Amino acid sequence: MTDPAADLTREDPAVLREYYRQMTLIRAFELRAAEMYTRARIGGYCHLNLGEEATVAGLTAALRDDDYLFATYRDHGYALARGADPGRVMAELFGRADGLSRGRGGSMHLFDPERHLMGGYGIVGGQIPLATGAAFALAYRGGPAPDAPAVMCLLGDATTNIGAFHESLNLAALWHLPVVYVIVNNQLGMGTPVEAAAAEPELWKRGCSYRMPGQRVDGNDVLAVRDTARAALDRARGEHQPVLLETTSYRLRGHSVVDPARYRTAEEAERLRREDPLPGFRNHLITSGILDDATAAEIEAEADKAVAAAVDFADASPAPDVTTLFDDVYATPAASMYRGLPGDPVTGGGPA
Amino acid sequence: MTVLSYRQALHDTLRAELQRDEDVFLLGEEIGVFEGSYKITAGLLGEFGPRRVRDTPICEEGFTGVAIGAAMMGLRPVVEIMTINFSLLAIDQIVNNAAKLRSLSGGQVSVPLVIRTPGGGGQQLSATHSQNLEVWYAHVPGLKVVAPATPADAKGLLTAAIRDADPVLVLENLALYNTKGEVPDGEHVAEIGRAAVLKPGRDITIVGYSRAAVIALDVAHRLEEDGISAEVVDLRSLRPLDRETVCTSVRKTSRAVMVEDGWLSYGTGAEIAATIQEGAFDCLDAPVRRIAAAEVPLPYAKPLELAALPDAGAITRVVRETVGGN
Repeated sequence: MTDPAADLTREDPAVLREYYRQMTLIRAFELRAAEMYTRARIGGYCHLNLGEEATVAGLTAALRDDDYLFATYRDHGYALARGADPGRVMAELFGRADGLSRGRGGSMHLFDPERHLMGGYGIVGGQIPLATGAAFALAYRGGPAPDAPAVMCLLGDATTNIGAFHESLNLAALWHLPVVYVIVNNQLGMGTPVEAAAAEPELWKRGCSYRMPGQRVDGNDVLAVRDTARAALDRARGEHQPVLLETTSYRLRGHSVVDPARYRTAEEAERLRREDPLPGFRNHLITSGILDDATAAEIEAEADKAVAAAVDFADASPAPDVTTLFDDVYATPAASMYRGLPGDPVTGGGPA
Repeated sequence: MTVLSYRQALHDTLRAELQRDEDVFLLGEEIGVFEGSYKITAGLLGEFGPRRVRDTPICEEGFTGVAIGAAMMGLRPVVEIMTINFSLLAIDQIVNNAAKLRSLSGGQVSVPLVIRTPGGGGQQLSATHSQNLEVWYAHVPGLKVVAPATPADAKGLLTAAIRDADPVLVLENLALYNTKGEVPDGEHVAEIGRAAVLKPGRDITIVGYSRAAVIALDVAHRLEEDGISAEVVDLRSLRPLDRETVCTSVRKTSRAVMVEDGWLSYGTGAEIAATIQEGAFDCLDAPVRRIAAAEVPLPYAKPLELAALPDAGAITRVVRETVGGN
């Protein structure tokens, strides 16, 4: 949570209330998504941002509209915070035609390139070389400048153990690319603690091998996350200096909706409740006089309403028509493309 | 027309596309200062500079992914993977990202990417450096895979690949780089997804691609002296696969053999044989035969390597058996 002693008087109260609104919306959306999943309205996997609301709001607040974001498969909150319509996000989870990715990607693959959300990625770390390549494209087209765009690449704590992470950091540092990598450290890769997976559990230090500056920040503190990320993005855009950040927070629930998280001790569970960023931020805003109970209740009611509307929108959206099955597999049509359904003949011709 | 080597045709095409489109850039190991392991990119760093011709560290997954990310942003990267064997280090990026991003995003993102990479054995490079893994990629929807056999197609298909908005793997072949042939001057864009009849014939169809198509053509010419008229179909494109041209040919000749440098089981020949039995069943006068590499990791010792790879002798024998079988 935000440091209870932190002075909020320098902040714009409307902006702080907006962060609270975003965090509340994400919380409400994710709780509803979990419910919809258990009611079998959502298929596949479903990974939630519960407990990471301050990190999501802080990181996206640091991004400018023309910055690019590459997310992990835990991506619902980022799409919402980037401004995607909650109805279209829910419709994607429901696998509907009006989904953010037209029902092709599902929970793990939310794409909204108009808002420079360049996708959630289902393969652990698959997005890291891509984000590095997006930064390469920005550098290809223009030099460092205070108003130049930059790329933010999210990854989980366990992802720092894969080769693509290290190859990407090396390339970004070697080529001076405008990218900020953010390790969202929720302490667990599925059920494996960071200490059991990483020989250097202070994950941001892994950037030292590439002379890449970095730091760890409390992911439950929305303002600290925002300010740290903003400074990192400014170095990326202004100096083409890549940065490796690490935010620390906790998943309130299991790895995905179906995971009961039995590997957690009672002590940890208690700490989760104590350090939950949402009530923490709410209390801080109230004790600082920025929010009163009535306004907070209003924001919470609005979030519930928005999520209910999102479910209604998703419900009303049609399933993608089967005739669109082969749409968007390729961008450039080519001769001889085979578009058979299972059991269809492979060749058109019979005897001469 | 100008007579060029396959290598020169590739080089000239890269140069022309770099000149034509500022968004085209080259990326790969040792392509700049070293001028490429097989010298396809010779001189291009000097002419276009390190922004357009980018040497990379050894990290196939990393730099292939970087190229995919740059393509998502609208650039047109042409990646050189030193040999197709090393593409295995990048296969997650190729199969899970390049092939799928357009579909996963509901058509919002495209990946106009080219991966150039040579395959093939016969150079005594032994098991890890002599593989023909193109069918691994041809299996995957979302990718296009082309395999020029001639210098003209090296130009035409590489140009088409660079101008295509999808990820295209351009399969080159170590044994073809020094081969020569007539290449159309000026603009020459081949159509992806179209096979070519390299030589018409009446008695049998020989289907191949890349090096195997070149050998098949040579065999077909020599068989004319023995009174066997073989038609040679060069697939040119493995995905999409031009099944119609193959079936049309076999409906005429009634016999077919398929030649490939890859291993037999689950190979291109299996796909072609299945296609022919479905598309030309009533026309067949003999079983479709497959000629492919022996199913061993390719050995270093020359006699073993030679024994394992398809050659003109094997093609000639199988064609004779198929034609003379009744």
